[in-house]
Amino acid sequence: MTVSAAGQAIIEMTGVNKWFGKFQALKGIDLTVRLGQKVVVCGPSGSGKSTMIRCINRLENHDEGRIVVDGIELNDDMKNVTAIRREVGMVFQQFNLFPHLSVLQNLSLAPMRARGMARKEAEELAMLYLERVRIPEQAKKYPGQLSGGQQQRVAIARSLCMRPKIMLFDEPTSALDPEMIKEVLDVMIELARDGMTMVVVTHEMGFARTVADDMVFMDHGEIVEQAPPQDFFANPRSDRAKLFLSQILSH
Amino acid sequence: MLGISMAVRTFAAFALCAVLLTLVGCGQSSYTWGWYVVWPGTAQGQRNIGFLLTGLTNTITVSVTAILCSVTIGLIVGLLGIAKHRGARAFNRGYVEIVRAVPILVLVLWVYYGLPVLFESMGLNVNFDVFTSGVVALALSDSAFEAEIFRAGIQSIDRGQHEASDSMGLTYMDKMRFVILPQAIRRILPPLGNQFVYMLKMSSLVSVIGMTELTRRANELVVAEYRPLEIYTFLVLEYLALILVVSYLVRRLERWMGNPSERGR
Repeated sequence: MTVSAAGQAIIEMTGVNKWFGKFQALKGIDLTVRLGQKVVVCGPSGSGKSTMIRCINRLENHDEGRIVVDGIELNDDMKNVTAIRREVGMVFQQFNLFPHLSVLQNLSLAPMRARGMARKEAEELAMLYLERVRIPEQAKKYPGQLSGGQQQRVAIARSLCMRPKIMLFDEPTSALDPEMIKEVLDVMIELARDGMTMVVVTHEMGFARTVADDMVFMDHGEIVEQAPPQDFFANPRSDRAKLFLSQILSH
Repeated sequence: MLGISMAVRTFAAFALCAVLLTLVGCGQSSYTWGWYVVWPGTAQGQRNIGFLLTGLTNTITVSVTAILCSVTIGLIVGLLGIAKHRGARAFNRGYVEIVRAVPILVLVLWVYYGLPVLFESMGLNVNFDVFTSGVVALALSDSAFEAEIFRAGIQSIDRGQHEASDSMGLTYMDKMRFVILPQAIRRILPPLGNQFVYMLKMSSLVSVIGMTELTRRANELVVAEYRPLEIYTFLVLEYLALILVVSYLVRRLERWMGNPSERGR
């Protein structure tokens, strides 16, 4: 990352509202994420965290407000949306690997089809990232033959193969058995150290303390608080954040 | 091969049942059996069997052509059914509801006798021969059912698969081609195999417009020999044999398409 590029806003959400029928899922969201920044989003379930992060690559359409990603505004123009999606990787709670494809094919599909890469080149790239998530020996296996932690690491590698500028994580460890959470978080921490711009929805507060530049606390579709982790954890300003932290940190 | 021996055994069992049933009937009535008309041991039987089997090629070609056409139409109509565009979905609904409501026999008659008149009224001189009419009627009729099978199969694929493909910036066509359809086809194959069997049987209806397929040949022979029971029983066995072949092929296809990681389990 060049010095001049650092600090430049790469995601800008302004006054974003979204409804599911009559239920307002997002209320006046304003959020700016700068290049290289790591933002951890937390909050009670149903607070709109996932909806917000899914608006960034338009898996959900916002109803009002503006979302600009990497200089392009997200709207109904599908060409723009597809272009943005190629620069924004996403990791899901349920991994969403393609069960009928081998690990290697899972990783090389998008580079070949969306980036026009040759198979050999795409597979070399895939192996590179499989090594980075420390499971190159699983390349020929199918997702169903891997553990949850391994599947999620494959999913991370799959997103990285598109060489995205931003990575979105939507509760990446929530579907994992406790003993597998660490191996996934370790990969994410490494990614953060390499300077990736990350927006992470998670309940893993230890991870948040380690990597987050900014904590975003959401409740009832609003951003209630945004602060660096040391401030957020030490003295949350709002009562809702205090309550939330007492609930998740009590045990 | 296990599959083949199964098919052969099923066929033998049915054939035996047919023979036994007729033998039971034997003692209780004055009916004199005339199996000689389709018995390969006599010259007449051989001639008749040869005659009956001349319908085989037509039955197979009309069914296979109709299956290929109906799968293509069915896939397109099925995809329209899950499109974002409201008009596309409306077309799917209309097509399925209308085509599904027409009895195949009626559609066969309508295409053969009605369609040329319709074309003529539009100033076009299109003459459908028996084969084309049969294929068009069968393919149209079946495509409505297949559209529903395709739609249901595609919709059964987890939303996460769409989201993962979308999030990587795959185009709609690539997503369908590499991610959704390969998974859907495995769920679609069993009901689709049903449709293939159904289509093969329904091809017998094309006999009414004069296509010389198996049923037509049997009818013609019955008129000449006046042995309906024996000849139609033979016809039943002909269809049974064909359909067992289809079932076997569909099963092979299912296994071949199965998830590679589940192979051999």
